[in-house]
Amino acid sequence: MLTEELVDLSRLQFAVTALYHFLFVPLTLGLAFILVIMELTYVITDRPIYKDMVRFWGKLFGINFALGVTTGITMEFQFGTNWAYYSHYVGDIFGAPLAIEGLMAFFLESTFIGLFFFGWDRLNKWKHFMVTVLMAVGSNLSALWILIANGWMQDPVGATFSFVTMRMEMSDFWAIVFNPTAQAKFVHTVSAGYVTASLFVLGISSYYLLKGRDLDFARRSFRIAAGFGFASALSVIVLGDESGYTVSESQKTKMAAIEAMWETEPAPAAFTVFAVPNEKAERNDYQLQIPYALGLIGTRSLTKTMPGIKEIKARNRERIENGIHAVVALEQLRRNHDDKVALAQFDAHKADLGFGLLLKKYIVDVSQATPEMIQQAVDDTIPRVAPLFWSFRIMVALGFAFLALFTLALFYSVKGSFLEKKWLLRWALWFIPMPWIAAELGWVVAEYGRQPWTIYGVLPTHISVSNLTPANIYGSLAGFIGFYTALLIVEMVLMTKYARQGPASLGTGKYHGEKAAGGALPAGAMADRI
Amino acid sequence: MDYETLKLVWWLLIGVLLVGFAIMDGHDMGMGVLLPFVGRNDLERRAVINTVAPHWDGNQVWFITAGGAVFAAWPLVYATAFSGFYWAMMAALWALFFRPVGFDYRSKIQNPAWRSTWDWGLFIGGAVPPIIFGVAFGNLLQGVPFHFNDILMSTYTGSFWQLLNPFALLAGVVSLGMITFQGANYLMMRTEGDIYRRVRAASLIFGTLTFVTFALAGWWVATGIDGYVITSTIDPNGLPDPLAKTVATAAGAWMTNYHTYAWAKWVPIAAFAALAAGILFARLGKAGLAFWSSSLACAGIIGTAGVSMFPFIMPSSTDPRSSLTVYDAVSSHLTLGLMLGATVIFMPLIIFYTSWAYKVMWGKVTTEFIAANDKSAY
Repeated sequence: MLTEELVDLSRLQFAVTALYHFLFVPLTLGLAFILVIMELTYVITDRPIYKDMVRFWGKLFGINFALGVTTGITMEFQFGTNWAYYSHYVGDIFGAPLAIEGLMAFFLESTFIGLFFFGWDRLNKWKHFMVTVLMAVGSNLSALWILIANGWMQDPVGATFSFVTMRMEMSDFWAIVFNPTAQAKFVHTVSAGYVTASLFVLGISSYYLLKGRDLDFARRSFRIAAGFGFASALSVIVLGDESGYTVSESQKTKMAAIEAMWETEPAPAAFTVFAVPNEKAERNDYQLQIPYALGLIGTRSLTKTMPGIKEIKARNRERIENGIHAVVALEQLRRNHDDKVALAQFDAHKADLGFGLLLKKYIVDVSQATPEMIQQAVDDTIPRVAPLFWSFRIMVALGFAFLALFTLALFYSVKGSFLEKKWLLRWALWFIPMPWIAAELGWVVAEYGRQPWTIYGVLPTHISVSNLTPANIYGSLAGFIGFYTALLIVEMVLMTKYARQGPASLGTGKYHGEKAAGGALPAGAMADRI
Repeated sequence: MDYETLKLVWWLLIGVLLVGFAIMDGHDMGMGVLLPFVGRNDLERRAVINTVAPHWDGNQVWFITAGGAVFAAWPLVYATAFSGFYWAMMAALWALFFRPVGFDYRSKIQNPAWRSTWDWGLFIGGAVPPIIFGVAFGNLLQGVPFHFNDILMSTYTGSFWQLLNPFALLAGVVSLGMITFQGANYLMMRTEGDIYRRVRAASLIFGTLTFVTFALAGWWVATGIDGYVITSTIDPNGLPDPLAKTVATAAGAWMTNYHTYAWAKWVPIAAFAALAAGILFARLGKAGLAFWSSSLACAGIIGTAGVSMFPFIMPSSTDPRSSLTVYDAVSSHLTLGLMLGATVIFMPLIIFYTSWAYKVMWGKVTTEFIAANDKSAY
């Protein structure tokens, strides 16, 4: 029996492990390309300081990458261990991009990362540069395929349901690959990764500059991060807007919840800057709006309306009532594949099958659903408004703050006067954690905003889980929290140790702290200080 | 290509990916198993670890891709096995956690207790997954207690502890022996001096262990374990529906394929011959030949399990008709064809650049090299 406790625990475990995995992914995506830029500068100019930059930032890249790999395996296991019915129901479509991700991207990234770290003395500089490029391309391709898979969860194109195999089956692979939702998510997510990495390099470089050490090294790193970060911060906002402008039903629902837009407003709708959403009464208790802005972002027109929550609910009620017929017919077809009457009924209503399945949360035989159950199912189709409303606003505010920071960093880089702008350096240093907060909130908006579905309109979250007992999930969740906490502490200790030590950790004898200690600092000496 | 052919091709391809995993990730997992014993001080251990330093991550992708391919090609197997073997999978997963961090973090702090902890972490990450995968195969051969309901939702009705039955544990030992043998032969190619002498001794021990336990397991399957047979007619080209057939258990049924197909017996024969050759070459100090022999042995051993059970993948002991086979646990015609195309394009590329990576990094890893590259080596 799939109890609500089981479903909630499975969701919690997925959220914990996915959010944790996503602490490491954005930095990998972006830092790989920053390493490419630094190494390209090295192969062109032949100046050893750029090679040192690649090796030092590469060290930090490696510390982060190790946990990205570790926590990534969890994600692959977890669809099978905890979301078995999901895996069966959509594996025909969802499994393919995951397998292709392995073949096309993970092999590339993981094979060349080994040569990146250990091939310096065995490859000439152009070959090594090529290795770094392939590593970066591999890591970004893996983001492409996983977001194609995720995009399909948001907007399930190119697939049809088969009652014989009792699952969704692929009908058009290219529709899934070029799904606009997937493509918009990909470019937005990798840009967010580039911002994260740029701010990481910018902030740590600022730390050295504020301390007045390794100036040459830090100044060059700062400039590269400022340039790359400016372009990325701009694109993350523009391409995030692209995610907003999509025609899919799932996005409309998400948009209405994000905007706490209860009523369908005359076009173009206003953008709500601040509100206190009241879910019970289906209205906002206070709100502050900018006229026209939302309609322009969401529809790119002055005349198209965007549906409000109440209108979406009314439509979903019809679909649920329709879906009941589909579920009933499907159950007859499962008992007898040749039942012509049931087949005709199923074909007439199968577009709403997923909506009918929403009622399975409340009753086994959906044809006996009471009006109260249908009302509950209708209410379920809108994710909770307040968490989305605020997650989205904080993410967007941070996005604009990044753009402001990088604009100023780039401006003063070009002017050459950023060394004196202590306030800018401090801002960059203290802002290091912010891209992570924005990225995690972005995940919340995308995935929490998809509820109550795992596959929008097709498969409710409630019946996607593995048929386990809650005790199993309590146990594994405790295990994950234990392992992940320990690993995070270890990672932060190492990251802080090497970031503080700076390029001296390479042992070249050229950097801050090395001469004072009489040559290379013993690694333990720094460890004792932190 | 017709649907039936694709179903058979995917049975073979999943086998190829599992063998690829055993050969490639197997040798660095085997390194992990041997690490605490063949490296007697920090420099020696670092020399051992650095034989796989540039490669372990790429090798691990064989595992990840095999998992992804099972998801894409056999979604019901992926769903049923991973949720049914829940705690075994968690144990394998958590053991694997020790590898990336063990490799990358171990030598970043110069503290003997820290380093020794990660050495044992690499041991766990090397030893536990092969044992669990062997135990899983041991249970597949006996049938697993699970069933489907009307909408193909699976329920596993056994416990974690019943997975650890005597035959399954024996299969776990075969698997651990095979992987450690593979690791020892790899290390023979990449080390010298004292370490070389120790890994050579380990190769002889684990090669022999694998030979003996594999023979014992074979005898057990032939005489003591009931196999499964499909008792209804099935349409190999039909839409996959596991509940559409009937299945029965029969003594000696896992031997049927060896009588039906003349070529089938060459798979276990190849396994035994390759194990014997691997032991002999290790004894003669021919490290390269020993490595290729144990690689072939991985193919033979995994192949033997697959051929014995064909067409079954995951038989059900409590509701035999729910058993999963190569005909009814698979993806759609389109997905299988598409995935075959992707494999045909990318697999040669992967083999090409992986070989190049090994060629670039080839040679003996010595303690002198580690001492001279203290900051950049693992």
